[in-house]
Order: sequence, then structure tokens, then C-alpha cells
Amino acid sequence: MLRTALRNVFAHKARLLMTVLAVLLGVAFVSGTLVFTSTISDAYQKSSEKGYSNVDLAIDAPTGPAAGAPGSKPGDEKGLTQATLEAARELPGTESASGSVTGFAALADKKGKLIGEGWQTTGGNYDAGRDGRSEDARYPMKQGSAPKNSDEVAIDAATAERVGFEVGDTARMSVDGPVLEQRIAGIFNTDDGNVAAGGTLVLFDTPTAQRLFAQPGQYDQITLKAADGTSQSELKSQAKELLPAGAEAVTGKKLAADQSEMIKKRMSGMQTAMLVFAGISLFVGIFIIANTFTMLVAQRTKELALLRAVGAARRQVTRSVLIEALAVGSVAAVAGLGAGVGIGALLRSLMGRLGATVPDGPLVVDGTAVAVSLATGIVVTVLAAWLPARKAAKIPPVAAMSSVHATATTRSLVLRNTIGALLAGAGTALVLLGAGMDDRESAQIPLSAGAATLLIGVFVLTPLLSRPLIAAAAPLTRIFGVSGKLARQNSVRNPRRTAATASALMIGLTLITGMTVIAGSVQQAIEKMATDSLKADYTVSMASHTPLSADVERKLARDDQVEAVSPMRNSAAEVRGSSAFLTGVNGESISDLTDLNFVSGGWDGLSGNKAVVDKETAKAEGWKTGSTFPVTFEDGKKTRMTVSGVYEGNEMIQGVMVDTGTLDPHTQQISSMQVMVKTKDGASDSAKASLEKALGNNPAVLVQTKQDVSDSIAKGFTLMLNVLYGLLAMAVIVAVLGVVNTLAMSVFERSQEIGMLRAIGLDRRGIKRMVRLESLVISLFGGVLGIGLGVFFGWAAGEIVGLSLSTYSLVLPWERIGIFLGLAALVGMLAALWPARRAARLNMLTAIKTE
Amino acid sequence: MTTTYTSRVPDAASAPAGVAAARATDLSKVYGQGETKVVALDRVSVDFRRAEFTAIMGPSGSGKSTLMHCMAGLDSVSSGSALIGDTELTTLKDKKLTKLRRDRIGFIFQAYNLLPTLNALENITLPLDIAGRKADKAWLDRVIETVGLSGRLNHRPSQLSGGQQQRVAVARALASRPEIIFGDEPTGNLDSRAGAEVLGFLRNSVRELGQTIVMVTHDPVAASYADRVVFLADGRIVDDMFGPTAESVLEHMKSLDARVRTS
Repeated sequence: MLRTALRNVFAHKARLLMTVLAVLLGVAFVSGTLVFTSTISDAYQKSSEKGYSNVDLAIDAPTGPAAGAPGSKPGDEKGLTQATLEAARELPGTESASGSVTGFAALADKKGKLIGEGWQTTGGNYDAGRDGRSEDARYPMKQGSAPKNSDEVAIDAATAERVGFEVGDTARMSVDGPVLEQRIAGIFNTDDGNVAAGGTLVLFDTPTAQRLFAQPGQYDQITLKAADGTSQSELKSQAKELLPAGAEAVTGKKLAADQSEMIKKRMSGMQTAMLVFAGISLFVGIFIIANTFTMLVAQRTKELALLRAVGAARRQVTRSVLIEALAVGSVAAVAGLGAGVGIGALLRSLMGRLGATVPDGPLVVDGTAVAVSLATGIVVTVLAAWLPARKAAKIPPVAAMSSVHATATTRSLVLRNTIGALLAGAGTALVLLGAGMDDRESAQIPLSAGAATLLIGVFVLTPLLSRPLIAAAAPLTRIFGVSGKLARQNSVRNPRRTAATASALMIGLTLITGMTVIAGSVQQAIEKMATDSLKADYTVSMASHTPLSADVERKLARDDQVEAVSPMRNSAAEVRGSSAFLTGVNGESISDLTDLNFVSGGWDGLSGNKAVVDKETAKAEGWKTGSTFPVTFEDGKKTRMTVSGVYEGNEMIQGVMVDTGTLDPHTQQISSMQVMVKTKDGASDSAKASLEKALGNNPAVLVQTKQDVSDSIAKGFTLMLNVLYGLLAMAVIVAVLGVVNTLAMSVFERSQEIGMLRAIGLDRRGIKRMVRLESLVISLFGGVLGIGLGVFFGWAAGEIVGLSLSTYSLVLPWERIGIFLGLAALVGMLAALWPARRAARLNMLTAIKTE
Repeated sequence: MTTTYTSRVPDAASAPAGVAAARATDLSKVYGQGETKVVALDRVSVDFRRAEFTAIMGPSGSGKSTLMHCMAGLDSVSSGSALIGDTELTTLKDKKLTKLRRDRIGFIFQAYNLLPTLNALENITLPLDIAGRKADKAWLDRVIETVGLSGRLNHRPSQLSGGQQQRVAVARALASRPEIIFGDEPTGNLDSRAGAEVLGFLRNSVRELGQTIVMVTHDPVAASYADRVVFLADGRIVDDMFGPTAESVLEHMKSLDARVRTS
């Protein structure tokens, strides 16, 4: 039987081509993902190990409640001071110790634009040691010298080379708002992982860095290098005594292990996400494999019956088909693995070219990747061939004598439709149930279970749905005369095959449409939230979403274009005994800058002990306008506040708001999350330019109109959607292979008919058109089903999202839906290219000759 | 199709009897080259006259099917000329040839070759639909009546017997009033009764409708329905018989077999 099976594989090379390609693509996706993620992960780990090679012990500043949190007085706080550093240096096991402070530091390139996207731009200190003249082992200087005063900085070599900075240049940068213009004193090399990953690092002298990133005289972290003969744990126990309360000492080994663990976790998250999409492609591939083997079995009915007639057992017949699948799966899996390694390598170099610098490292192809890829390909193929193989075994020996192909009985379709209808009904009910629930957590279960059930139900039902839906395409096909009519009828001749082909396309489009609907709706909701409650023309914030210095609002207030300014500050506090945030706003101007709906009371010239609270909080606390409540400020001072108004809050503005005049005296470091600005003549380019100028044309500070805010939100969503589209494209490509496969089968099976049509006068163009239209009809069928399901799922998921997003409303992206439908049509046209050509070139005589 | 019809009969009938509807002159068809060269047709010249029912007979491999394929514009020729009416087929490109088959030639195949997705009526009008022409209602009714399918027009091929299917195929060939109909063993798949029925229709369509029919067959009984039998052997025309009977054809075939065997 083995020989028969293998011979069959060779005999049907062309038949199996699309199957092999489908499996190959899926496996390539899997192995590409595995190779890519382990390569990147390996490179990051190596770079982080290198980063900790000089650290035997790290002492981190006390964490926990923010400095100056309720209950702790500023005076009490013991951070890592110069004294701690000196003490660390004196430990018997210490060879050297350095203190560091780090934080966000935006760096502008020569044109004044921010380098990087904001989160990878860091600043730190150059620790010149006790005498102020030592070298910092972490940052060997490549050119120039270390920063020695508050006007100088050093810049990492990678950034300097990329931007073109040289020693002596002046660089513009910003830490919390105001622009700093610093002379570049030196350029240094570093193993810093962030820099290896494409970030920037700016070093200040220690006092400047402390002033910018921490408190004068304080460090974030002290790192120690052990003297020869002292182990990391010995050093750790030595250092125990000098740790201030709350500070923690961690060995270098542990740090490297922790970071490696974190990288692994982050990469495995990415890996899982990508594997999900690879799984979708493979799932789509199953339909193609099953289709192909079903047809191969049908074509070989006589042959298989003959085998049974001469004494082969059912099991042997099944096995011969499965061996065939095994052979096909193995070939495809091996080829897919090869392609996947290539994809992995390609992706890495692509990432590098797109600007995301990845640390160097070798391509990692480990045993797991090989084993998983091969197993996936083979198992998927054999599983997909299982049903056709079982069907093959059911062929009665007598079929060898009859000329009629065993056709599916109507009973089985009746059964199939019943099961499908039940599943689809149950799925729809579950989805509706989930969408109607009020609790996000508990709604997720019925929603996802319902979506899966409905999807399976629709798979099962597609043969039934194909007739009415394709009949609906009659007006379209009628335009094309006989070719159109025949195409439409041909497409429903084998409803199961058409259904499987269309389903494969449906999966991809369901996901694409669903995600587009949700993303579009959420995007609009967030835009609404961000802009609806604002009357301000501009909001000013840091590009990094770090706090702005209070300097910003003072500078803005001085600009003569500006009519009203208010910051929004957050300050930790205790409200009625439990910790909460107080939001500080400018009581005089806030009513001109926001557009909040007051349930009762109003801003009422917010000042003194007045506060406004959002409806939810008021309800929870049982407050009304006029109620009073106790407050403990950041610095521990206590007072009572009176509710002057209750407003409807949203995700941007909520909680207890008080006047900055009330809040600021109790705050240690005055900074704002954002500043709202209203200009005299409304938003305009010149007003914006004036505001930016007032802030010193600072690259790190964003001055945004409502439109800018919308645009930047939209940009994020577009990027996310594009990534998803890219990942789902593979599933669509596999589905295209399926359409090609089905058409090739149809053309092959109907070669006699096609020959007859040619003989009685249908020209090649007509034949081509017939095949193309069949392809178009099948693809559009899959497309319509997919888009329909996608919209339904998008709506249902949106109902749940809406529970926590008050401004949420369903937005149907008609334009996109049109594009997707066009995409389905394009898929159909592309898939038909080769089969249509083949059909048009069929030799008429061989086609119409009997036998 | 520039001629306007003055009667229900194709222009073939209005033309003087004895004029050729199709003509082969020195027609040769050679497959392969060198040692594997096979001469299927060897300088064949023959006329198929209008409103005449001609049968082409010969042993297997005599070239009778090849002759029909070449005359019907289904296959290319190696040399010589093949005419349908005044149109030389050998110089036509595929597009024109397809159009010629569509508009001027009808086909009846051994395996019926109906489209299973179309009902009987749709199958009958298929060539007209392909050409985008409207069926001549009166003519169509008459054809359908002649082949006796009036009650089964909405049936699919799978719901019809073999004989009924071939009658649909005959009606399909007649429906567009082609100048000439070629049949390739049209009764080969039918039992003798159904075969006799179909042959009866073919003969009637020649007698009553003035249709020209050329049919390839190896069955002497089928050939006896024809007005004339052309005998082929080894790619050459070896005999021509008018007013055949089953017996005379059978006799002829026997002598032909003997001749081939001794040659």
C-alpha cells in the first residue's frame, strides 16, 4: 500500500501543488515567527548581559509611595545620598562604586525635531568620582571629554553618528519642559541596552543630572563593582548596613537574570501573538488540504474500489490516503521550515532598516523551532486528510464496476444543515447574550464562546447558504451572458467544495472586518473623549507623557495671544481617609477651557476650599453640592473642602478638582500632566507658532489642537490596524491558493464540457470569462459572509467595550467595507488567472473524445 | 448569416441540389514526424452535398473521425483545403473559426455532452445564447416537436434517459439552423431502439427541413439511414455508396476488411 500511496503523490504533482503551497506558507509563518523571536530575544539577552558585566551589586532608591506621599514628611525621606555612595565606596569588598540618576531627556536633531519617538530618549549622569576627575567605567569616552559643568553634556556614539553631532556642537534638549541648550563636550561608547535598541542617551554632570532627574544630592541607583575575591553575595551582605529604609540591594547576577526573564516574557508575548496569526493561516490551509484530498479520492473512486475488490481492507485504504497526506505534509513542512528561516532573517534586517535598531547577534534556529514547525505541518496535513481518507474507505467494492461517482446523499446535507443551523443559532444567541450584559468580565465568556460557535455554525451552513447568496449575484452575472450564467451555475455545482473555498476566505475577512469595526469605533470614542469636553484651543504636553514643569504655564500666560491658561496637575492626597488624587486646575480660567456638564452646582469661581467632583465619586461618597469632606494633602496638612459642583466625568477628566492656589503650597514638585490654552483668535497656525515660540521651540513639548490630538490618536490606530492587516494577509493569501485550487479542480473535472462549449462556438474569451466569473462569485460569497460576520462580531464586542468607554458608539467603516469587498473581488480575479488560461487552452478534441 | 430566410427551411434547401455544403480537396493530416509519422488523412477529396445525409464509415484508424474533425473546424489540417460553403477553413484563425462553428455548424457527440446545470430547453438554445441571438420561436417549436421533447423541456439531463438526452443534443444542433451538422457516432452510446429513434429524426430533418448532415459511424444499420455512405480506409476514400441498406453496407465493410487485410 505504501508504494501505491507514494506513486499517487507523484501522479498528482500538479493537483497537490496548491496544497503543498498552503501548508508551506503556514509552516513558514510558524517557523519564521519562532526563528525571528528567538533571534531577537537572544540578541537582547546578550546585550543585557554585557550591560551588567560591570555591576556586581546595585542599590536602588526606595520605591513605593511617591516621594512626599501622604504620611511621609519631606524631611524624613532618606534616599540614596552622596553619603550613601561614599559609604559604599568604603566597603571592604568594593573595588569601585558609582551613583546614577536617570530620567527622560528629549534630544532634538539638527533641524529641531525630536529624535526617536519619545520613550527611548534617556538622560543620565556621568559619575566623575570623588575627586571629580575620575573616569566613569560605564561610559568610556570616544571623543572629547566628560561633561564638567551644567552647560555641558556627552552623547552616545550611535546617536552622534546617526544625527551628525560632533564635539563642540550645541544640542537642544528638554527634560520637563524648558529647553536646554548644551555644549557637547564628549561622545562616549556604551553597552546600555536601551542605546543598543536604538535609543538615545545624554549624560550630564552629576549635580545637573540630580537637579533635573531627582533631588539635589540624591541618586536613583548606586552600582558597585566587587573587589577581587569578593563574591556578589558577600558584597550584598556588606552593603546591608548602609541601605536606607526601603532601599534594596540586588546582585548583578540577579539583575541580569531578571532582565533576561523580562525580555523573554516580552518576546513570548509577541511570539504568542504572531503564532495566533500563523495558526489562523494554517486553519485556512486545512480547508484547501481537505478539498484536495476529497477530490483526489473522488477521482480515484474506481481505483480504490478495485483495491477493495481485490481484497484490501478498509483500514488499508484509509491508511494509503493518510500516507499520501503524510508524504505531502512532510515535503511541505520541510520546505516551509526553510522558507521560515529565510523569513526570520529577512524580518530582522527589515526591522533594522525601518529604524528599530536591534542588537547584533547570530540567527538562532533552535531544535524547538525545527520540531514545532515540522510537526505542525505534518499534523495539520494528516488531520485535514482524515475525513477524506475515511470517506475513501467507505467506497464499496462494487463502485469499481459502475461508472457513476459516488455522490453525497441529500440526507447528509440535511443532517449537516440541521447541525449548522443549531450551532449558528446557539452561537448567535450567546453573542447577543454577551453583548447585552452589563459586566465586562462576565460578558467575555459568552461572547467569545458564541463567536466561535457561530463561526463553526456558518462553516457548516455555507453549502446551504451558497445557493441563495450566489443566486443573488444573478443580476451581476447576467451582464456577461452565457458565460455569466454558466459561471453562476458552476459555482453551486459542488456546494461543499465551494463552501470550503469560500469559508477559507471568510475567516480572513471576518477578522479583518471585525477588527476594523472595533478599532474605528474605539478610535472615534477616544477622539470624542479627548476633545468633546475641551473648550481650549490647545493642549500642551510632553511628548513622553511625563510631567511638565510649572514654568510652561507661566511662559504661556505671558504670551499676548493667550486668553486663558490652566494646568492639570495631579497630587497624591487622602480624601476621607483613603488615598486618592487631587487634580489642580486654575480656578479662574478653567470654565473657559473645559466644557463639562454639571449635574448640580458649577465651577463657581473655584478657589479656596471649594472642590468640584465627578458624578461617580459623588455618588460613591454620598456627596451633594454643599457637602464637606476632610482632605489630607501631600505634605500631610489637613483641611475640609466643600463640594461646589458635581460634573459628569469621563476618562480624561474625573475625580476631585481644586484650585491650584489651594493645592500648590502643599506640593513639593509642582508639575502638570498637561496645560490647556485658549487663544484670543482661536486655533490658527500663527497662534500655534507663537505658543511654540513662547516655549522656546521645544522638541519635547507638544502643542496640539483638537485636530492634532485626533490625528495622533488616529495615527496610533492606523499603525495597529496595519500591523494586523499585515499579519492577516497571510491567511488571505492561503485562501487565494484555495480558490486557485478549486478552480483548477473544476476546470480539470469539466474539461469535456469546456471542450464541447468550444466546439459549439464559445470562444476562448468566453471560456476565460466563465472561469473568472465563477472565481469572482465564490470569492464574493466568501467576502460577503466574512464581512457580515465581521460587522456582527465588531458590533457585539463594541457593546462590551462601550461599557467602559462612555463615548463609544458603533461606527461602520463603509469605505473600508467597500475596499474589503473589492479585495474579495480582486482575490477572485487573481486566483482565476491561471485556471482560466488553462481552460481556454484545453485541447478541444481530447476533451470531447469519449474515454 | 446574411441570407434572409424566406421559408422555414435553411438556405441549403433553397440552393440548387447537388451543390456542396462542405468540400475537402487533397486534404491531408499527418501526426508526428520522422519514424513516428502517422498519416491519418492522405489527400482526401470529397464533397458533402446540401440537404443530403452522408455517413462516413471505415474500420478503426481509417481516419473517419479525423476527416470529420478537420471538416468541422475542430482540428487543423496538414495540407489541402477544407471548405464550408465558400469559406476556406484552413486559413482561419481560432477566433474566426470559433465564430464559424458557432454560426454555421451544428454538432452531435457520442457522449451527448449536455451541460448538467442547464435544463433541456436551455441546452437546446445554448448555441444561440452563446451567439447572443434570439431563437426563432416557430422554428424552435417545430424542432422540439420533431424530436418529441415538448413535455420535458424543464428536465435536467440527469432526469432524462440516454435516448432523450441525445434527442436534446439533436435539437441543440438543429436549433440554430446551421448550414451543416456533424455527428460523431451519435448513436454509439444508445441501445438499438433509442438509436433508431435518433437516426429517424436525423433523416427526417434532412427530408423535411432540408438540413445537411454528415455522420461518422461504424454501425451499418446507422449508415443505412443515410442517403450516401463514404468509405474510408488508411486515410483514403475507397468507396462511395448511394441509397445504402444495412445489408449492402455490411457486405461492403466485409469486402473492405478483406481488402485491407490483404493489402
